[in-house]
Amino acid sequence: MLRIVPIYPELLSIYADRGNVRVLAQRARWRGIDVEVAPLALGEDLDPVRADAILIGGGQDRDQALVADALIAQAPALRSAIADGVPVLAVCGGFQLLGHRYVDQSGTETPGTGLVDLETIAGRHRLIGNVVVDVQLGSATHQMVGFENHAGRTTLGADVKALGRVRVGQGNNGDGFAEGCRVDRVIGTYVHGPLLPKNPWLADQVLAWACEHRGLSTALEPLDDRLETAAVTTAIEVARAQQR
Amino acid sequence: MTARAHAAGGIARLAGALSRGAGRGGGTTLPGRVFLSLAPAGIPELAAALTDGVTVVSATNGKTTTSAMLAHILGAEREVCHNGAGANLMSGVVTTLLQRPEAATVGVLEVDEAALPAVVSGVAPRVVALGNLFRDQLDRHGELEMVADRWRTMVGGVPEQTTLVLCADDPVIDALGTDRERVVRYGIDDPAVALAKRDEAADSTACVRCGRAYAYDAVYLGHLGAYRCPSGDHARGVLDIAARDVRPLGLEGTAFRLDAPDGATEATLALPGLYNVENALAAIATAYALGIPTATSIARLATFRAAFGRFERIPMDGREVVLILFKNPTGANEALRAIAPDLPGAHVVLALNDRIADGRDVSWIWDIDFEGALDAAASIVCSGRRAADLAVRLRYADVPLDRIDRLRETDVALDRAVADAAPGARVYVLATYTAMFDLHRQLADRGLTEPFWEERR
Ligand SMILES: [Zn+2]
Repeated sequence: MLRIVPIYPELLSIYADRGNVRVLAQRARWRGIDVEVAPLALGEDLDPVRADAILIGGGQDRDQALVADALIAQAPALRSAIADGVPVLAVCGGFQLLGHRYVDQSGTETPGTGLVDLETIAGRHRLIGNVVVDVQLGSATHQMVGFENHAGRTTLGADVKALGRVRVGQGNNGDGFAEGCRVDRVIGTYVHGPLLPKNPWLADQVLAWACEHRGLSTALEPLDDRLETAAVTTAIEVARAQQR
Repeated sequence: MTARAHAAGGIARLAGALSRGAGRGGGTTLPGRVFLSLAPAGIPELAAALTDGVTVVSATNGKTTTSAMLAHILGAEREVCHNGAGANLMSGVVTTLLQRPEAATVGVLEVDEAALPAVVSGVAPRVVALGNLFRDQLDRHGELEMVADRWRTMVGGVPEQTTLVLCADDPVIDALGTDRERVVRYGIDDPAVALAKRDEAADSTACVRCGRAYAYDAVYLGHLGAYRCPSGDHARGVLDIAARDVRPLGLEGTAFRLDAPDGATEATLALPGLYNVENALAAIATAYALGIPTATSIARLATFRAAFGRFERIPMDGREVVLILFKNPTGANEALRAIAPDLPGAHVVLALNDRIADGRDVSWIWDIDFEGALDAAASIVCSGRRAADLAVRLRYADVPLDRIDRLRETDVALDRAVADAAPGARVYVLATYTAMFDLHRQLADRGLTEPFWEERR
């Protein structure tokens, strides 16, 4: 049984992050893999041994501050899961919570989990729009598409690599270069839409890592992704049009 | 009126007339923009010309329908100045005031959530009616909590003699009435029509005072319902005006008993969905705050019909097309629930665009509870610029791939569905704003319905 653990989905699901959970679970089911979605509720403790994939979504500023303390308390369990090869996908606010701290527009500082060496400071205006990012994963380069909407400007530590290189959009800092972060199987990104429906290659990568952690075969049968391909084609078209 | 405001008003009206004469449109906002640039301080004078006062109506969902209902109620006895064309930003509001009918004595202004604080401070309303705050088009409004904060600040600056009409079912709205004298709270009070569980799309689950999650005794739609904080620092306020014994009548509408300080009355509304019960309650409560007996409002609402894309029914080749606007997960869930009993044998067209008025970010479709919702439909066609996104969403809701058709043009998709439908069958069209707007115009061009004058944003 593969266990997908969304963290505090009641509070961290502002940009339809449930879509990522659903996509991951469905792509497992369609391949005959037994899968369970076991959300971590506020006040509960994460059992690092029982999780095979961890998803952290984004929240409104107020909700994010509410969950920060709780999440920090789970950091040792998260660290142990990560060391054990469990993939973590963190989007928007979740990405920010991976880092050391988030400073909002009024200068108030919310500490993060410090799982990844990065920090975020709110900028004066929000960075909003369709994005296309080139992501190198193994030997393949993929186009990651979606939508960004964040006030935070995220700076990565010297040893942390970006997840990808922005083709269309504004990226971590609004400078149009780096997007997201990746440290082995920990992925952070500002791209929602939500992320996985239009990027099935990424969903399958996370799924393969999760299967490996559970001791299952990582050779995933191909699925019929024609609709996804059509959605990506439109998304790139729309993103390029917005750029002009 | 000061000479400056008077002159600015003249120039602004002239600009609007010239623009319309040149066929450039923009008549619903241009005069306002001209006035705002020439005499921004003249807005209170414009509003003061309406001697029975101005009412502003805002909400994420239902502000257009609520304000149309209120204008309908008031219109039976007075000339109403109402931005019925939907121009609900400051420029549209000022244009509406500039172009008020000569005999108008009362104003009903639908106002965009983000524009509300500026409009309220400009027009000094007699009544402020606030319905709900949902996540809607985050790319346009920023986060819900930011809008809520602006509303709290705004209410703090509203004079004591102004009446607040508040939807008590929404915790954020309910709390706006704390420590104020002149408040009318309305809501639904009938556990029999409550949902079994909260929608996935629901917002505002954290107590406005302490941040703990609310416990719900009943959920009516989204996060609206009878709630209380386990800490005991906030619970739904006492309802001054309540809908009880609610009986859904399918597409034909909804019946309920209205309990109000001036008595109980049986009400029948020709609009389906609990949504519209909330809208009707808002209109009735606001009219009550303006001195109109609730029974009078209910009698007048019996002749109120749906506005653009709100369950509008259009005959087409012996089939009935039902147009339903959808713009956020909660509205979409409510629409899906309303059509569910009628779905077997019916055909469905979905249309998703991503222009500014639709919301450029289409991720919200993942918060719609599509799981199982359309299984009974005879056919499903996805259309609009983001048709493929809809199709992907349905795929993950376990709709088989061979049941998901895609046709980019919504009118072509509708023609296909109508051709597939048996005579007498229904075709439901759920479309986002610009997709609905375009489709409606095409149907009007074919002489199937009246052209719609709504023009916004
Ligand atoms: Zn509380």
